[in-house]
Amino acid sequence: MVAATNGALIGSMTSDREGILADWEAAVRGSQRTGRSSPDLQSELSSLYDAILSGVGSGGDIRSEGMGEVRALLNEMSFARARQGYTPTETASAVFALKEPVRGRLPDQQMAEFVELSTLIDQLGLFTFETFAAARESVIMSQTEQLLELSTPVVKLWDGVLAVPLVGTLDSARTQVVMETLLQTLVDTGSAHAIIDITGVAAVDTQVAQHLLKTVVAARLMGAECIISGIRPQIAQTVVALGIEFGDIPTKATLADALRHVLRQAGFDIVRRNGERS
Amino acid sequence: MERIPIYKIGDILLVSIQIDLQDQDAMNLQDDLSNRVVETGAHGVVIDISALELVDSFIGRMLSTIAAVSRVLDARTVVVGMRPAVAITLVELGLSLPGVETALDVESGLALIASHLSDSEFIDAAVPGAALDD
Repeated sequence: MVAATNGALIGSMTSDREGILADWEAAVRGSQRTGRSSPDLQSELSSLYDAILSGVGSGGDIRSEGMGEVRALLNEMSFARARQGYTPTETASAVFALKEPVRGRLPDQQMAEFVELSTLIDQLGLFTFETFAAARESVIMSQTEQLLELSTPVVKLWDGVLAVPLVGTLDSARTQVVMETLLQTLVDTGSAHAIIDITGVAAVDTQVAQHLLKTVVAARLMGAECIISGIRPQIAQTVVALGIEFGDIPTKATLADALRHVLRQAGFDIVRRNGERS
Repeated sequence: MERIPIYKIGDILLVSIQIDLQDQDAMNLQDDLSNRVVETGAHGVVIDISALELVDSFIGRMLSTIAAVSRVLDARTVVVGMRPAVAITLVELGLSLPGVETALDVESGLALIASHLSDSEFIDAAVPGAALDD
């Protein structure tokens, strides 16, 4: 793209800036379901417009130095829209919508220049699409991490007794996090007992059982005893049907049973005030 | 080549491994420990590995072997202070150290052996005359 042939195009884009911007904004607004406040979109588009103008003037390939500002603005725009829940089409067509207003104002003999501008806008649109996807990706990644951290609390039930209430599905990644948090907490609190409660685990198959066993063995290696509790009736039947062996690991139906078992082992006796044992 | 010191505390031998063990060091430790158990007639061995950041399958097997040897010589072995990362590695390697007792730290390890000693017949040997009181 030679700057000289662009003179006329840039000229008309500069002279009719306000008109094109207004049309552009109207087109963008028409293509979006969720409306943003007017000055917000207006300032966003006008700064993008100016950046594109100066980018085209400086000889504009999308990867070139002159388009740096355009890329930065598009980046910002895509990230913001990805977070606000816009669809990729809405985001990219906001860029494509610039074509129509410019085309309407150009005489036919400048068609060749318009085609080049159009190619550039296509590239910008695709760039928006890519950034949008990357932004979504990063949102999903951070949510997954948060979910991992949220879903693996280790709580202290008694002096030297920890509980890990597991909720959701138990895959290798979750098991790894559970194992690490549990073992670290065992060390930090000097606890010799841990109860793994699987009431919230949707399904137990051989792989989940394998993960549970690994966690128990790792805790044993560190000198802590583990109990598995919260085994629902269906789960118990599945476990037997699959032929899963928990070996010498104690299993209890409820967390309460497990806690009582652990306290007994630790030498405590739970006695009602009138002397009756429970 | 390093020698791992073995301390005698009452009826128990305490070994604290502070350096990453080479295979030869591990073999030496196994020899030394068997000798000391026989010499001292100890009834318990506590091996502290809290300083070890790296335990491979060889060391894992050595710990199992030491436990088995000590058991033959009438002494219980407790491995204490294993780090979480080490425990996870051993589990991933498929080593669960069968026959080895474990405890969180040296203190609970000593307490574990003491509790075993107090409710076993070792009390006769450990405290001469204790049996006469009954």
